[in-house]
Amino acid sequence: MSIKVRYFASLKERIGRAEENAAIAEPVTAKSLWQQCVPELPPPEQVLVAINLEYADWDSLVRDGDEVAFFPPVTGG
Amino acid sequence: MVKISPRPFDPWVEVREYQDAAQMAGKFGATNLFVGTMRDFNEGDDVVGMTLEYYPGMTERALENIVREAGERWPIIDALVVHRVGDIRPGEPIVLVAVWTSHRGDAFDAARHIMEALKSRAPFWKKELLKAKGERWVAHNTDGYLKGE
Repeated sequence: MSIKVRYFASLKERIGRAEENAAIAEPVTAKSLWQQCVPELPPPEQVLVAINLEYADWDSLVRDGDEVAFFPPVTGG
Repeated sequence: MVKISPRPFDPWVEVREYQDAAQMAGKFGATNLFVGTMRDFNEGDDVVGMTLEYYPGMTERALENIVREAGERWPIIDALVVHRVGDIRPGEPIVLVAVWTSHRGDAFDAARHIMEALKSRAPFWKKELLKAKGERWVAHNTDGYLKGE
């Protein structure tokens, strides 16, 4: 199973990549996915999570084919 | 309607063209516009430029959700949101929120709500280019109801 993982803004620069594909054997939480993809950095508390273009939680389940995004607090407007 | 603009836009032209195309003359009694423009200062530093990043797909969806929610709370006849992305210079508009309603109270309140929701929920990120200190990501937006953001 494959998940598309994306990072934005300062988080993208800190991690050093904009996106990657992650393989998971079964549905996992967004937090587990983060720990698998970014083991060097504990999930930052202020980072926001989106699954398939909608806001989600660290505890939300990620399934095969989903697109998951992690990004810092938004600063538009 | 929600629009992401990678190039500079003229908010007054956007509003006029949208209003003409929507053919709503006679149907509305109030139009409220908010235009957010880039400053050349922030947190005590001179700012010479800014880059606005967004999340194509999610950003449009978030803005559409915000406008729809406002439409459920106030009797909105129509609404237009335009947000700039990419490289921006001081003095250029960043965001336009326009709301058309029958009466002024709803136009003011709905536009304010859309703008505050955009500031807290729409996926955009600003990176400032400072005159003296290089690049700096803006860390977070303030609550517009509490401070002068």
